[in-house]
Amino acid sequence: MSAEVREHDEQLARRLLAGEPEAFTHFIEYFRPKIFHYSWLMCGNREDAEEVAQDTLLKVFESLNQLHEPERVRPWVFRIAKNVCLMKRRRSVFAPSHELSLDELMPSKDGSSRGARLQIADWSPLPDDQMLQRELTGVLEQAIRELPEAYRSVILLRDVEALSTAETAEILEVSTDVVKTRLHRARLSLRKRLDEYLKSNRPSPVIVHQN
Amino acid sequence: MEPHKHTESCKEIFAMLSEYLNLELPLEACREIESHLADCPPCIEFTDSLRKTVDLCRQYRPAELPAPIEAQARDQLLSAWRKTLASRAV
Repeated sequence: MSAEVREHDEQLARRLLAGEPEAFTHFIEYFRPKIFHYSWLMCGNREDAEEVAQDTLLKVFESLNQLHEPERVRPWVFRIAKNVCLMKRRRSVFAPSHELSLDELMPSKDGSSRGARLQIADWSPLPDDQMLQRELTGVLEQAIRELPEAYRSVILLRDVEALSTAETAEILEVSTDVVKTRLHRARLSLRKRLDEYLKSNRPSPVIVHQN
Repeated sequence: MEPHKHTESCKEIFAMLSEYLNLELPLEACREIESHLADCPPCIEFTDSLRKTVDLCRQYRPAELPAPIEAQARDQLLSAWRKTLASRAV
């Protein structure tokens, strides 16, 4: 998370604790879509996501006295959201629970010498090609949905919400090593999906093995 | 002999790339990766695609938005907030 975002979050929490009416409105406008997105991608259902957002915010306001470190408001809110999601106990409709294997996520090579090229797509138009960027965002969303739940929660908290490894570990109640492992595999899995899309929809000149 | 060594080295780098991109690796490990990348174009290419994937994730905002909050739901939150503030003031 950038220093500006952290500062914004902290000030917002302090103003909320101080009872500023504008802070109440801003807090809802700011965090409600975030909680909705997280739970929508975790629960897979719009109605559940709306309920999780409301129940989470209710718990946030009810237990605001327990927010002892305003600078940590974001992980605190997401920890509540995660628990509300779990309480819903609706299993993800998107993806079965399974482990992602590192070996399966490693790209193959069209040769084994030092000059060999990986069989990967041409990513060079990114990030300048805005149209491609938008297309890939749609592919990415679908790929995130299809990640096993344990990996999906890590990518949403760590990369989308920009929480730290330690904060993500605390929210999910796992070790930092587990967060790092899951994050890496989730990223590799998403990379693979995007790569497959680029190969099939944006055929680029074949890069030939050269020694 | 050489290709096998190369593949093993690539695998080691491959396992550490996210931590490398997150700047979470010790200096020594970073040097090891950078030294490998300097001599391995396929790994540079792969690292670049992973970095771009991470950038896309960081910029990603779902298109789906929640419906505007209903007055009753907002009142419920407002009431909870005021109650907590009142308990703090005591």
